[in-house]
Amino acid sequence: MRKHRHLSNVATLAYDPDLCTGCGMCAEVCPHAIFSIDDKIARITDRDLCMECGACAKNCPFGAITVRPGVGCAWAILISEIKGREVPSCG
Amino acid sequence: MADLKTDQKKGPELGEKSSASQPFCECGPECCGGSSDKGKAESFIKESAHWIERRSETSAGAVPVVRTKLSRQDILGKVKARFGFGRMNYKVRPGLYAVGKAGPDSPVLVSANYKLSFDSLRRELGSLDAWILVLDTKGINVWCAAGKGTFGTEELVHRIEDTGLSHVVSHRTVILPQLGAPGVAAHEVTKRTHFKVIYGPVRAADIKDFLTAGMKATPDMRRVRFGLRERFVLTAMELTNPFKYLVMVTAVLWILSLLGLRLFSWGALYPYLGAILIGGFFVPVLLPWIPGRAFAWKGWLLGMLWAAFVNIQQGLLPPTPNTWQPAAVHFLLVPAISAFLAMGFTGSSTYTSLSGVLKEMRYAMPAILASASIGIVFLAVVLIRAL
Repeated sequence: MRKHRHLSNVATLAYDPDLCTGCGMCAEVCPHAIFSIDDKIARITDRDLCMECGACAKNCPFGAITVRPGVGCAWAILISEIKGREVPSCG
Repeated sequence: MADLKTDQKKGPELGEKSSASQPFCECGPECCGGSSDKGKAESFIKESAHWIERRSETSAGAVPVVRTKLSRQDILGKVKARFGFGRMNYKVRPGLYAVGKAGPDSPVLVSANYKLSFDSLRRELGSLDAWILVLDTKGINVWCAAGKGTFGTEELVHRIEDTGLSHVVSHRTVILPQLGAPGVAAHEVTKRTHFKVIYGPVRAADIKDFLTAGMKATPDMRRVRFGLRERFVLTAMELTNPFKYLVMVTAVLWILSLLGLRLFSWGALYPYLGAILIGGFFVPVLLPWIPGRAFAWKGWLLGMLWAAFVNIQQGLLPPTPNTWQPAAVHFLLVPAISAFLAMGFTGSSTYTSLSGVLKEMRYAMPAILASASIGIVFLAVVLIRAL
């Protein structure tokens, strides 16, 4: 299977290695395997694969990761726009 | 679209509200619902013999034991839901369910109360003894619900306490589908319930291997895929709505033609039927092989090729003073429709981010609207000349 890729350099994923303890939760929850743990510290391998689901940030017990989570869904964005929602959401 | 531009500035503020945010829905248009049970009494799929085998007594009360083979009703329900019929009300009652001869040592698997999610889990559990803890996700699948926060820390903590899970099992571990992670802070659940959260595989089909391996997931089990089969299944939902509109437009045109306005013909209609099929079917299925990255671009590209084919086939190309206007209508409307529908598939995909889709829309929406508006003007001109 060819690897899917959407636009580059857009993800809001940010990571502070100073807060990382290398527990590996981020690597476990990321559905695109963006994090790898080398020498007891997490490393972002390919941030363009980030879909901003927020799983890593939510499950990092040390608050080392931030990301603006949200739906990568054009319909949700359009509907939210029409209904005047601040954060695009489903339904 | 003006507001979209300000979104980046809102970044940090939105990030703070992470528990109330949303991801990607494997559901497209009327994304993930949520409005269906406002003010209404909640309705759940009836417990009936085709999916509940019997009830089993536990120290926390009677628990329904579910079958691990899907019945004809289950499969029919799945097909209906895939095409969007009754999808918002296809939910099972939240709570604890048993599989096989579940006992105090059996693993606890957490699921959403969307019946498709629940079914896809239980059908993988044949010959296993396990518990299924169903969270109230308002009938929405795990991934969508995790983004909305209904598959979340609060609901999991509440459900663990509400079902008396700590009296039913002797261990202190719950296994969550990995795609529930955007909604659940594992460390917080442990702090509040003393249950350890282990993230299982993305796909229910891997759950047996995961359990046999001592609750260890291979890297492959941790990745979301978006293969041909997955994309193909999702096109059903993509096509349902546009086809509804096409049928309505066709009906109106047909009635007008009965009144003597001869606008209705196969030749006038099939270019748009093709545009819908491109945006809702061919782009999703051929996604990784179409050049470019933006979904709208992929839809526009195929739509343009289709419009060129249609124009050549209808003898509108090369253009003459009589044919350039209908040819222009096709070139402007067909790619706009397929680009718009293709862009809608971002919500079904498993790899687009909010930031990515916002950026795509910032360029694509004005272009689509401009192309469609000019196309409609030309269409009006063509129709008036034909009268």
